Amino acid sequence: MSRLSLQRWRRQLFGSVPDTVLSLGLGALMAWAAWGFLHWAFGQAQWLVVRANAATLAIGRYPEAQEWRLWLLLGMLVSLTGLSWGLLRGRGGAAAPGWPLNDRIAAALLGLLTLGLPPLLAFGAINQGRLLCLLGLLLLLRTLAGRWGNHPWGQRLAKGWPLVWAGAYLLGLWLIGGGLGLTPVRPSDWGGLLFTLLITSLTLLLALPLGVLLALGRRSELPLLRWVSVAYIEVIRGAPLITLLFLGQNLVGFLLPGGLAPDRVWRAAAVLTGFAAAYGAEAVRGGLNAVPRGQLEASRSLGLSTAQTLALVVLPQALKVALPALVGQCIALLQDTTLLSIIGLFDLLGIARSVLANPDWLGRYAEVYLVLAVLYWGSCAALSLGSRALEQRLSSNNLRPSHR
Amino acid sequence: MTALPWWRDSRKLGWLVQAAVGLGLLVVVALLLSNLEQNLTRAGLRLTLGWLNQPAGFDIAETLLPYKASDSYGRALAAGLVNTLRVVGIGLVLSTALGVVAGAASFSTNPLLRGLSRTYVEVVRNIPLLLQLVFWYFAVFLTLPPANQAVQLPGLQLAKSGVYLLGARLVNGELVGGWRLSLELAALLTGLVIYSAAFIAEVVRGGIASVPRGQWEAAESLGLKPLATLRLVVLPQALRVIVPGLNSQYISLAKNSSLAVAIGYPDLYAVAETTLNQTGRGIEVFLLLMVVYLGLDLCISLLMNGVERLVHLKDR
Repeated sequence: MSRLSLQRWRRQLFGSVPDTVLSLGLGALMAWAAWGFLHWAFGQAQWLVVRANAATLAIGRYPEAQEWRLWLLLGMLVSLTGLSWGLLRGRGGAAAPGWPLNDRIAAALLGLLTLGLPPLLAFGAINQGRLLCLLGLLLLLRTLAGRWGNHPWGQRLAKGWPLVWAGAYLLGLWLIGGGLGLTPVRPSDWGGLLFTLLITSLTLLLALPLGVLLALGRRSELPLLRWVSVAYIEVIRGAPLITLLFLGQNLVGFLLPGGLAPDRVWRAAAVLTGFAAAYGAEAVRGGLNAVPRGQLEASRSLGLSTAQTLALVVLPQALKVALPALVGQCIALLQDTTLLSIIGLFDLLGIARSVLANPDWLGRYAEVYLVLAVLYWGSCAALSLGSRALEQRLSSNNLRPSHR
Repeated sequence: MTALPWWRDSRKLGWLVQAAVGLGLLVVVALLLSNLEQNLTRAGLRLTLGWLNQPAGFDIAETLLPYKASDSYGRALAAGLVNTLRVVGIGLVLSTALGVVAGAASFSTNPLLRGLSRTYVEVVRNIPLLLQLVFWYFAVFLTLPPANQAVQLPGLQLAKSGVYLLGARLVNGELVGGWRLSLELAALLTGLVIYSAAFIAEVVRGGIASVPRGQWEAAESLGLKPLATLRLVVLPQALRVIVPGLNSQYISLAKNSSLAVAIGYPDLYAVAETTLNQTGRGIEVFLLLMVVYLGLDLCISLLMNGVERLVHLKDR
């Protein structure tokens, strides 16, 4: 730190009498809070509750005999992530550095987590070994794919990559749920972090197309479509999510032919989807509003049909503008899945509450909830960071011709 | 000129699409309603509101509206609604105050204050409200000491038996006098206010940031102190941007108050759930909930539209 910036700090903190008082007061307050927290965390808190229940928090009551499927799923996700990462970085060809600084930081962080977390959470030697293997796999595939990235073969692979992920998602659903030759595991046995991630991603994938349709309906020139969309969006957005979940849990049985009510998990997922679609529609509408009318007219005059105009001209631009708002909705959705614990499902918060209801862990609320808070905060913060990075990438794509 | 074939005539196509959508919706709604009717008849539950007059038979832990277990369901739901309104009312005032302070603090020249404000917003917004509520209730308020060792804060005493405002005294090991809040209400308000205020702080920050820098500099060169600049020059202009943002945050707060059920505060939703469990009147209870919450949203919107007209600046 240079002397100038030191002086500036001093001026900003202690420039005048009120500033000095404020700085000293706030500093003392922060120091007191930090001291109190450290005192609690290392003196009074009993972290055994987290160590003993780490597996439960991660996967809930998933049958132990079928856990290998989740490890397989994790292995698949890790491999795909490694390949995607490498392909993404390798695109620049010889000009692209093998391991930019960001990648090195990410790799170091992952390594630290894989080495540090298992002993902290008492994972056992076997699981720690598995995690280390996964880390090795990730870095290996990242390196290999980074080399192939510029190869014509790698480029062809990169083009079809979204399809690979879609296939992997379906494969993952099959691995988790079973059936078709695997022992079925009922949705009520999926739990913890696994359940939260699964239901968030599933809801997101279903709600986005629905939201786009609703947004288009709201801007449609056909009055009936417009009214229906507006009524749906406004009613859903006006009601608390918990009342809608109430509808899903208690009334769906009345609305369907006798005895035909899907599992509670699916009903909750359907309600969440309908809920997220209404909010997503508003985000997409904002994007649609930002597309200049001229774009529409130009594409019509080029002879594109309505569907082509939408798919090729309007939506790509609208979704790009709507991206920050959509990610915001995504974060809200992840947070909203905690409400499933109120209707008795075992998402991350639900499973934590059931752990805390066990007399062995009586009163260990602060420890468990703090760990949950860190998990949720980390996921949400990562999402918003990722969205900012993606935004920059998309906006810079505008400047140079893409493709070819 | 030859007539357009119908599949190329966008007007005819439009009508066709609408007819198809309308018909589809009608069929779905008719199916659902007929299922509903069959299922209700089978369960012996005809849609009425007569049961609202029957005695509820359950107690509500705290009510502003006088209520006892022998009162009717209608009265119980009304008591729940009053409890909801109480939380929303107090919550609006407190979260606005905290939000405005935190939002304005992010423009402070003091880096500590600025950092504190940013940290607060970034931490609180990225943690689910429900998690914060159960944290405050189970990990903080339920672990308070008994009355004779109550935590003393200025104008505030926190103990196992409740939160006491404005000078409660210790008499025979119990806190008496002052204004007592139950632990449930106190935890709900704490969580709700801290969460909502973080969003309001962002709205306020956005509003203040929308005022051009030149306005600050002009006010400063006229000799106004920073606080006076904020009050006389910046806020009147920022409010035009802030008020619509506040509107949607207030509606969120009203809706979020329904999470009270997770920590045992008897708000409207909690009472409605008990009512459903006792009567099985799911449809009526659901419709009632929807009407009340949509009505509440509407009231807040109308109120804020009024405020918007008040703060609307006339450009000469």
